[in-house]
Amino acid sequence: MTDGGGSAGETRAVGDPVVSIRGVHKVFQVADGRTRALESIDVDIQRGEFVSLIGPSGCGKSTLLRLIGDLTAPTAGIVTVNGKPARKARLDRDYGMVFQAPVLFDWRTVEGNVRLPLDIMGVRGRERDRRAREMLELVELHDFARHYPRQLSGGMQQRVAIARALAFEPKILLMDEPFGALDEMTRERMNSELLRIWERTKTTIVFVTHSIPEAVFLSSRVIVMSARPGRITNVIDVDLGRPRNEETREQERYFQLVTAVRESLRGRVDGETPVASPDRTMAEGTIG
Amino acid sequence: MAERIADAAVTTRGGRVRTVLFALLIPFAIVLVWEGVKFLGGDPWRIQNVLGLGVSFEHRPPLRIGMASDLSLPHVWEVLGSFFEPVQRRSDVSLGQFLVGAALYTWREAALGFLVGALLGLTLASIFIHSRLLERAFVPYVIASQTVPIVALAPMIVFAFGQGVLSVVIIATYLTFFPVTIAGIRGLTSPDPRALELMRSYAASRWAVFWKLRLPASLPYLFTALKISATASIVGAIIGEGPGGIPEGLGRAIINFNQQYISGPEKLWATILVSAVLGILFFSVVRAVELFVLRGRALAAG
Repeated sequence: MTDGGGSAGETRAVGDPVVSIRGVHKVFQVADGRTRALESIDVDIQRGEFVSLIGPSGCGKSTLLRLIGDLTAPTAGIVTVNGKPARKARLDRDYGMVFQAPVLFDWRTVEGNVRLPLDIMGVRGRERDRRAREMLELVELHDFARHYPRQLSGGMQQRVAIARALAFEPKILLMDEPFGALDEMTRERMNSELLRIWERTKTTIVFVTHSIPEAVFLSSRVIVMSARPGRITNVIDVDLGRPRNEETREQERYFQLVTAVRESLRGRVDGETPVASPDRTMAEGTIG
Repeated sequence: MAERIADAAVTTRGGRVRTVLFALLIPFAIVLVWEGVKFLGGDPWRIQNVLGLGVSFEHRPPLRIGMASDLSLPHVWEVLGSFFEPVQRRSDVSLGQFLVGAALYTWREAALGFLVGALLGLTLASIFIHSRLLERAFVPYVIASQTVPIVALAPMIVFAFGQGVLSVVIIATYLTFFPVTIAGIRGLTSPDPRALELMRSYAASRWAVFWKLRLPASLPYLFTALKISATASIVGAIIGEGPGGIPEGLGRAIINFNQQYISGPEKLWATILVSAVLGILFFSVVRAVELFVLRGRALAAG
């Protein structure tokens, strides 16, 4: 399935980027003036990459994700997805979206929820049913097809949301803190699950998170951001082998990378608030 | 998990039995209070030949309460008995048969008004949620329309559309559309903003957003309004039948039996009873449809 040694650097070298962000600024009008949510952002994301955006609350990582998905527009700069403006990419249904909350429709069964994008995109009959079933098998929920969302646990609901996002085979998966509401145990299980899905579908994933271990475990690259104004402060290549599993979490290199990300986060926070103790910055890095 | 669901079902079933028992207890309690008041302060009454034993029983209430007289408050058994008596002297039709026929007739008018009103209300709500301009411009008039008393408006509607079923249906519609409009606006705008973003990420058309998200999300709100509208439509039809010149329905029966109240108060009471039962039945039909449509949702459990 994977060559095991495929480092992030190799994948990044080939082809045009799937996502290209050039000189993006985003300013929000708020009651008492303007907030610089994002400033001078330049990012390229390559095909098949798993990129995490990490940073404290208010660093604009979710905004950056929403810019890629054309759910909000940049104040300045250009966002290109698959060589097209973000808006065109959205209209072409190039990406699937997963939010922190599953946002399932409670009047549809699990299967009905996975079928939703297919219904909207005009996929009908057997083809639609086949794809919905396939996606439910992918997230291992085929036994719950006829259940309603409220009968499922939080983790299961989020797996339905992932199946729904993948049902129409989008080229990119945008995930906004998808496991943020789950407990630690479930979150780690979901991380492994997501990697398995990523390796099988070869979808490009952009993943927003508060959690350093999660970002390191999942990603081929971690983009570290700081707040006020939202900027990219560091980009860390995660050169851990694949497939990754529970043993990965115990490797020396894994701990080194977690420390590297933590120090990148701390560097900015220390610079802005000198009084902050290391413990506090660590907490902010993890929980935000 | 299957166990927990099964447990919930048992609890619900137990709860249901209790609900039904309690529901049966209420009319019993009403009858008890009703006859209790008459027992204390009503007119004297006697039963000749109790159980065929040749004895007669007479009761003289200790107090005199005007409200409990036989004219104001006929005995329960007289109201119930009146259903089996002829509707008019020398008539073959019993009051019960007549009232059931009248109720069905009125219900048909009400149901038509209900359907038209529900569609009108939903259509208005759909337009308003898509256009702030139209909402701001027209909602005040929708509200104003409901402050005009229907008794004042009914003759005008009949004058405009002529006597007949059409006018009655329009009056029923008039009372029906308002709750649906207001609940519709609330319901159609109820989806989670992220659900709307999800639809946006699918590049879903307005049409698709309406049918796949807004309308299903609005159903719990709409059914609340539809249950109000179901009873309102019956009130509208009954009121409309007077000026509308419809002799077959409950509206005319109420007017007639009102005029004959001195000679037979129990007939008016029987008619009111039938109107109330009709309202409850229509409400229950809408509730049953609600339970079916909202099955699976958390809200439907209540």
